Amino acid sequence: MSTTERPDPLTTSTFEERAAISLAKPFLRQAIPKATDHTVAALRERFANHDYGALREQGRQIRTAAIADLDTHLKEFEAQLRENGVHVHFAADAREARDTIRKIIKTTGGTRVVKMKSMASEEIDLNPALEADGLTVTETDLGEYVVQLDGDRPSHIIAPIIHKTRAEVHESLSKVAGYALPEDPPSLTAFARATLRDAFLEADVGISGVNFGVAETGTICLVSNEGNGRMSTSLPRVHIALMGIERIVPKLDDLAILLPLLSGAGTGQLITTYVSLIKGPRREGEPDGPEEMHLVLLDNGRRALLGTPYQEALHCIRCGACQNVCPVYRQVGGHAYGWVYGGPIGAVLTPLFRGQEDGGELSHATTLCGACDDICPVKIPLHDLLSSLRHDRVTSGNASRTERIAATVWSYAWSHPLTYRLSARVARVGVDLLGRRRAAPPWAAPIERWSRGRALPRPARRPWHRRG
Amino acid sequence: MTAAADRAALFPTCLGDLITPEVVQHAETALRACGFIVDGVRTGTCCGQPAFNSGFHPQARRVARRTMRALADTDGPIVVPSGSCAAMMRRQWRELFAGDRDAALARGVGVRVIELTAALAPRAEKLDAMHLRWPGRVGYHDSCHMLRELGLHAEPRRVLASVQDLELVPVPSSDRCCGFGGTFSIRYPDVSVAMADSKLDDADAAHLDALVSADPGCIMHLAGRHARTGAGPRLVHIATLLVEAGLR
Repeated sequence: MSTTERPDPLTTSTFEERAAISLAKPFLRQAIPKATDHTVAALRERFANHDYGALREQGRQIRTAAIADLDTHLKEFEAQLRENGVHVHFAADAREARDTIRKIIKTTGGTRVVKMKSMASEEIDLNPALEADGLTVTETDLGEYVVQLDGDRPSHIIAPIIHKTRAEVHESLSKVAGYALPEDPPSLTAFARATLRDAFLEADVGISGVNFGVAETGTICLVSNEGNGRMSTSLPRVHIALMGIERIVPKLDDLAILLPLLSGAGTGQLITTYVSLIKGPRREGEPDGPEEMHLVLLDNGRRALLGTPYQEALHCIRCGACQNVCPVYRQVGGHAYGWVYGGPIGAVLTPLFRGQEDGGELSHATTLCGACDDICPVKIPLHDLLSSLRHDRVTSGNASRTERIAATVWSYAWSHPLTYRLSARVARVGVDLLGRRRAAPPWAAPIERWSRGRALPRPARRPWHRRG
Repeated sequence: MTAAADRAALFPTCLGDLITPEVVQHAETALRACGFIVDGVRTGTCCGQPAFNSGFHPQARRVARRTMRALADTDGPIVVPSGSCAAMMRRQWRELFAGDRDAALARGVGVRVIELTAALAPRAEKLDAMHLRWPGRVGYHDSCHMLRELGLHAEPRRVLASVQDLELVPVPSSDRCCGFGGTFSIRYPDVSVAMADSKLDDADAAHLDALVSADPGCIMHLAGRHARTGAGPRLVHIATLLVEAGLR
């Protein structure tokens, strides 16, 4: 899917292999729970006096209505945007989106690009394509800036460098400075701020994502806590916004519900420090704002989900809350998921956007515990979607032969009490035999995998059905 | 109450039947103590959850059908001493058998399914009167599907409240998944074990004498890890704890 040379972990490694890398980093397994628990606690605290349950239900209804009638809202959105003086582009896939953005920049003659944090731009692998065109691209979200310096990828939807230590950040920024910076976070931030300030002032083009696109007014809504969003979208001559088509909301009023849901679930705030509502380029008499504004609407597999059992995946507002509560994510972090989105929503979106063959395995990268369903601000039934994806993986022929045979043999054996009982006796003998061997034979792979870190339970000599 | 209203079928589940038969006996003891006339179901096998959660629906139906038919021959509530199996039978059987010739049976049997502590809690006054005693600090592990699909949070705690000298210690991560996840535990053993470690470390931080759960799957996983590393306290099924507390 990529025109660039960036490796694609999803097709070149397994979840187990990627998870092993994370599990070997004790820091990661301390930092992620600490940061994510903090966000969840802040959410609970800030919303203690609000009916968060009712708010979630309203959020769910807004998102349901928006997606159920996506095309109508998109048409209205497009018409309003054009009326507001915004150039609107549609991109069917990642390549089209990249090429559209490259073309826009080329036409403007700009060479310096500043970027606000955008998961959609990660999804289309934008930066390498722009750099290949000889453009200077600077990520201006502090976390994304460090990600860019390190040639890394964000590992959390909201907190891109949740996987990095302070020492690592210090090292990366010191390299830019050319000398050892002080190690305290305020000094590091101050340095980044000064460096980024230059980038803002010199930039020709600002690229942003879109948190919500309001159909009735043609407004794009951006949230941030660092102010870099406002700088990226108002200082440069040209502003290009990239938006997944599903980020549409019908009415401006809908933001009254969705903004607190997004900031609450995302960062535990009632509202983010900055909320920008952008309605086109600079108008006559306005002191600032870009001369030219473009919106690129990205499909990239989204429309194909309409009318399928996975339509609700399009309700996602990218708050990252499901990652924060996911017991698997807190152990392995976002990179283990192998593509752009990690955690439960990543385990859902990756097979849907990248296909079962490449991404299907991720539907198993969860215990189906349901903690994500409980926190999702728009009540996406994530664990049901994951369960369905597992079924699709089997029916689309992407489950392994071993798995299929094991499930079928097991199902015949356990559909009759006699063979079920016999299998337990065989297992008991098997467990005892294994205890005497050094290396497990291939048929015992599941037993070996269990007993790698846990004592193996031994079937009882007298099962319950033979007692009492 | 009439005698008929007190009848209950006890489905041991595969793990209970084959691996921890004593837990099923303890469940039986607890049900009798609460006034149930218990009919043990010996011709069922498994609820089909391992196959269902792996996406193998026909295979899951094949196994579940056997169990469902065995249970159809019983009267009264079908008590299951395992939260996740109870959730599978109550909630997922409907979906699994939708459009199947046994769809009505799946719904009919499914609505009769009740998790053990949900059967005991309304009669916990009977347990209160038995002067059960278990001195020590106990944490309770909410198994995921019992908590989130069946909504059982108060019930196991009510049962534990009937035991004197038992200090129920709130563990902050009580509702976080232990990492068992059925086939997940074998598919990704290292992640699964890391999740168990986090759970057991939290239990250690709370200085528990026992970590109690109503789910044999979680217990098997956590106890297996505990046996390997020594981290965490003893893992005890809630029915076993009642018997240890003197229930007869």
